[in-house]
Amino acid sequence: MSSHSLDVYMPIVILMSFGVVMLFGALLVGKLIRPNNPNQLKQTEYECGEEPVGVAWSNFNVRFYLVALIFIIFDVEGALMFPVAAVFKKFNEIGEGGIVLITFLLFISVLLEGLVYCWKKGDLDWIRSFQGPVTGPSTDNDKDAK
Amino acid sequence: MNDSIVSYLSQFPAYKSFVSAMSSAMGFDAAGIATLLVFFVACFVVVNVLALVGGLGTYAERKISADIQMRQGPNRVGPYGILQFLADGVKMISKEDLMPRNADKFLYTVAPLLCLVGVLATLAVLPFSSGFTLTDLNIGVFYLLGVSSLVGVGIFLGGYSSNSKWSMLGGMRGASQIISYEVPVTLSILAIVVLGGGLSFGTLVGAQGGLPHEWFVLHNPFTFVAFIVFFIGALAESNRAPFDLPEAESELVSGYHTEYTGMRFGFFALAEYIEVFVLCGVAAALFLGGYKVPFNLGTGEFLVNTLNVGPLLASKVGNFLQLGSFVTKTLLLYYVVIWCRWTFPRLRVDHLMVICWKYLTPIALVNLVGCAVWMWAFNGQSLFKIVFGH
Repeated sequence: MSSHSLDVYMPIVILMSFGVVMLFGALLVGKLIRPNNPNQLKQTEYECGEEPVGVAWSNFNVRFYLVALIFIIFDVEGALMFPVAAVFKKFNEIGEGGIVLITFLLFISVLLEGLVYCWKKGDLDWIRSFQGPVTGPSTDNDKDAK
Repeated sequence: MNDSIVSYLSQFPAYKSFVSAMSSAMGFDAAGIATLLVFFVACFVVVNVLALVGGLGTYAERKISADIQMRQGPNRVGPYGILQFLADGVKMISKEDLMPRNADKFLYTVAPLLCLVGVLATLAVLPFSSGFTLTDLNIGVFYLLGVSSLVGVGIFLGGYSSNSKWSMLGGMRGASQIISYEVPVTLSILAIVVLGGGLSFGTLVGAQGGLPHEWFVLHNPFTFVAFIVFFIGALAESNRAPFDLPEAESELVSGYHTEYTGMRFGFFALAEYIEVFVLCGVAAALFLGGYKVPFNLGTGEFLVNTLNVGPLLASKVGNFLQLGSFVTKTLLLYYVVIWCRWTFPRLRVDHLMVICWKYLTPIALVNLVGCAVWMWAFNGQSLFKIVFGH
């Protein structure tokens, strides 16, 4: 199959094009039979029956960025482990499994270290709470406590 | 070893004579065109069958939920209401297509497309049987993990482009949930890759056997835990309850598809149901022996040796048995997924992240280490083999 090696990727392209055809085909068929009388109210966003206030594209919580950052680190390291995992069995069969195992464990320990670091920093907590001495200008409440 | 449905079919004389007839009719070597044709027909069949499975999935979901809650469920359209999904489809096609005035029109259109394309592309490597796999890519598992991430992009864009606050919140939650749970899923698949010694589904299923003690799920204690981690992660990745926070109707109206109407919403739902089937199929293939049938019935050896059936016919029969085995396991898992949806309450969003990062990820890492050490120490033998010696 060396001369036809790209043949095996053909179904992927075909399936993806089927997806495009299915979606736009159904929308096109629907266009012929569905009613189309838009008005101002129908085209507003749903906000529980109230007038929409502002746009949704505003700042959102920074926690999502943190999750995305942690994910990227873990996913890249996971992707890099796939080749090693795939050849592990072959190396084991010729008696060289130990060296692959050590490499593998070293790599996993780096991953584990990253996890422990994130955990210690509190980046895995969805609700961050500040613990420790309050610095900065004191408030009325602090004075009352004293 | 078949690496695609074409190489499976090319062992039959009928296919060879078909190719040679086409070649003589067209005046050049038509093998490439025949390959394309076979792939096209096979993909057409698979997409249609899976769309039907997705449609019946909505029916099954409603019937099973009704059963669990001691209700009747849909019972008007067709016998036992089995045609309900067709009625739903007709209704969705004939609904008015509304788009919020302030939405990002391009992304709004593209979002359901990304979901659908991402799910359909995963079908290419799903191992229905040793012959009926559309294509057995040598990077199968890796490809599947990559392509199924498109669904997350679709969900996020769907939430972002609608310009509605509910959609935005649902899309952000969906994106963070899907990418978070991808980590434990990847790690538990890695444990199987270590034991199976390859990335293609053919290799991984081939390393297992037909009987339960030869499956990877019972290979050793670590793989058993890996299966549970994978299953929980797969539930979360396909946004199924108890992880359906992106579309939590009690807090977010209906999440990322709040502003979608008619068929556009229909494709989100269809993509979700097909994705559940695909993930159940992957779980069956990687952990539950996939298409393997006990006692070598699937390879046809048994039929050839005892009943003196011709090897080609035996291979055909064997492939259908394998298909039955795979589909049975997948549908059983599908039932469990629906069962989970109607028995577990939804998680809170901070608990969701805690479960993923503080429980599943460390457990999956320990599993991976355990499997690697097991592989090295016991030369990849299963626990059953070590204890009973055969």
